[in-house]
Amino acid sequence: MNDEINLKEMSAEEIFELMQEDLYDGLEAEVVEAVEELLGRELEPIEIMTKGLVAGMDVVGIDFRDGILFVPEVLMAAKAMKGGMALLKPLLAESGAPKMGTLVIGTVKGDIHDIGQNLVSMMMEGAGFEVVNLGINNSVEAFIEAIQEHNADLLGLSAMLTTTMTYMRIVIDGLKESGLRDDVAVLVGGAPLNHDFAEAIGADAYCKDAAVGVETAKKYMAERGK
Amino acid sequence: MTTGLIICGALGREVTDIVNKHGWDADIIGVPAIDHVFPERIAPHVEQRILALREQYKRLIVVYGDCGSKGALDEMLNRFPNIERIAGPHCYEMYGGELFNDLLEEQPGTYILTDFMVRTFQGLIIKSMGLDRFPQLRETYFKNYKRIVYLAQTDDPEYRKKVHEISGYLGLPVEIRFSGYGLLESRLVEMMNELK
Repeated sequence: MNDEINLKEMSAEEIFELMQEDLYDGLEAEVVEAVEELLGRELEPIEIMTKGLVAGMDVVGIDFRDGILFVPEVLMAAKAMKGGMALLKPLLAESGAPKMGTLVIGTVKGDIHDIGQNLVSMMMEGAGFEVVNLGINNSVEAFIEAIQEHNADLLGLSAMLTTTMTYMRIVIDGLKESGLRDDVAVLVGGAPLNHDFAEAIGADAYCKDAAVGVETAKKYMAERGK
Repeated sequence: MTTGLIICGALGREVTDIVNKHGWDADIIGVPAIDHVFPERIAPHVEQRILALREQYKRLIVVYGDCGSKGALDEMLNRFPNIERIAGPHCYEMYGGELFNDLLEEQPGTYILTDFMVRTFQGLIIKSMGLDRFPQLRETYFKNYKRIVYLAQTDDPEYRKKVHEISGYLGLPVEIRFSGYGLLESRLVEMMNELK
């Protein structure tokens, strides 16, 4: 927002619209300012997240899919959303808003490429999921431990390299051996993957981008009656 | 008989050098290297070249890795049973062979550069990754890397100087390993010999 814009003089709906535009433009400070303003007006954190951040990110996702925006712009928008979410997350937790489900996510062993999974994590949080992001380079044991600890519904596995994506099969086999396979839906993603690979390793779904990941996660939760 | 080599632009100089070195009767037809930034374009662009050239050449070889096409390149090539692709998932493997796997096993946070990447760093990396417009994304892209390994195809002081500049820009230590043309050359030699 520039100096001529005074949030105090704007309605909540106008601020939501502006927040979506600022998020699209990757303006983190402006998005944070708008979130603070709406929190000051005692709007519900979930409403701010949904009508401002998630609605803005939905447009980013559509324009990315359609080739209007590219990766750098999406990452800048994601940084702006992250800034807003940092204010909202603790409040959302306090409010005890119902969760869509719990996702454990991480890059597999040997892989340090976390840009995609961080984007997925944020979009999933925006969609109301509790996300346990294990970060990079995770062993099968780390995934299993987190699934058990957080009673996860979904497991997200990410890999960027042909040399590391094969570890996803090891994780899925590990889930079977631990008796956890039927408890979680396994969603996989990353640059070298495709549907055939996901099927071959026994994953539940391949998600080509973050938006598909969210939709797939919602679908699995609905199918499981959760 | 002249062979048509449909190549990734990122391998242009190297394949030209290999063809000249071996004195092959081969034409080189490039596909823009920028497709790596939009890998969904790779298979359609290679197919366009095939459709345009298959009447002109009895033999066509595709000198491309999968390069993030998610299998789409090989799927497309399945429709052209007489056209082969050089083996390998990407040029790092073609140059480095086992060394590529060893480097990543030793340190998963290894950022590998080739001659092509060094030569085109400003355009291919800085501009296409938006770092010229959004310098703050450098942290997002590179925070998990621990070192650069420059897998050198040639021994060029100018490239070594640029590699050290890249190292300074990314704040990562650099190691230089000479790979030459590695498996790219030996696999092409094998394919060209089969064609004789």
